[in-house]
Amino acid sequence: MSTRYTRRTVLRGMSLLSLGLLAGCDDSSKLSFKYGKDLSDKIMGRTFKLKDAQGETKMLTSYRGLMPMIFFGFTQCPAVCPTTLARAAQAKKLLGRDGETLQVIFITLDPERDTPEMLDKYVKSFDPSFEALHGTLEETAATAKEFGVFYEKVPSGSTYTLSHTATSYVFDSRGNLRLGLSASLTAQECAEDLRTVMEVC
Amino acid sequence: MTFAHRCKQLTLGLALIGLAFEASAQTTVNDAWVRATVAGQPSTGAFMTLQASDDSQLLSVQSPIANLVQIHESSMKDDVMSMHQVDAVALPAGKTVSLDPHGYHVMLLDLKTQVKEGETVPLTLVVKNAKGEQQSIQVEAKVKALDGMMMDHSKMH
Repeated sequence: MSTRYTRRTVLRGMSLLSLGLLAGCDDSSKLSFKYGKDLSDKIMGRTFKLKDAQGETKMLTSYRGLMPMIFFGFTQCPAVCPTTLARAAQAKKLLGRDGETLQVIFITLDPERDTPEMLDKYVKSFDPSFEALHGTLEETAATAKEFGVFYEKVPSGSTYTLSHTATSYVFDSRGNLRLGLSASLTAQECAEDLRTVMEVC
Repeated sequence: MTFAHRCKQLTLGLALIGLAFEASAQTTVNDAWVRATVAGQPSTGAFMTLQASDDSQLLSVQSPIANLVQIHESSMKDDVMSMHQVDAVALPAGKTVSLDPHGYHVMLLDLKTQVKEGETVPLTLVVKNAKGEQQSIQVEAKVKALDGMMMDHSKMH
């Protein structure tokens, strides 16, 4: 009896192992993307803790099972932010049903002016599934640093604007950072690389 | 054809030439649009194409919907989008200059009202020609949806 159990356990263990190999869920494996940058070997964006529009604390683990695509910006940004959000919405559509696992997350770099309600309306005008996160100035700075995102206030007369990194960061459904999408890519190009991430896990 | 008729034609022709001459120091504005905002969003961008018949400069823009209007230039380097205010935009003779989300654009700041898709926004452009003469151009810019811009500029450089 005991030997049979052992054999069964071994078999179960082996089948689990092979399943894992089949699914290719090797955390360290490198990926090759046609357009974006492989970030599989980068340890970035793992410990951020920000709030959503409802005031709930959100961390990377809050999105387990989904494929988070994180972009930093601010609502008074006339160019790259709306263009990138519109591109994300288009890429999500291009992915069809698979697109349901893509969770677009917009993190404001301008928490002083972007109120949670306005931020939420802003991102949801591109796609109702999009989420906006905000933090205090310190939390924002810490999160940007964690992602290697550059941003700075640029005084502009009586007001200011922001210069900032325009990369979108994509994690796989197990929370491993995988892909960096530059602002110059099209929705089609992004969708193609997003499929590569989906195939991993 | 009578002599009088010919004279009339000549006069008409001369008048047309005169009109064309009058219009020679002109700047034309096309495809002006403003991006819609969500409630509470204090600023947005205005975009258009401009063509001046002689070397001119776009000096400033005003709009009754914004307390402050600035001309900005955005540029992309190493995937970092940078923005700064400019004093003027050069409009070289005969060249179409595009104010779009990826280069020069007009920032409507401290908005007095939400800007909704389908509305029009009045803009007044102040342009200075090569002789230093200033001209005001009235433009009615169409408001497009927040995400309505994926047409000509899917690529940004």
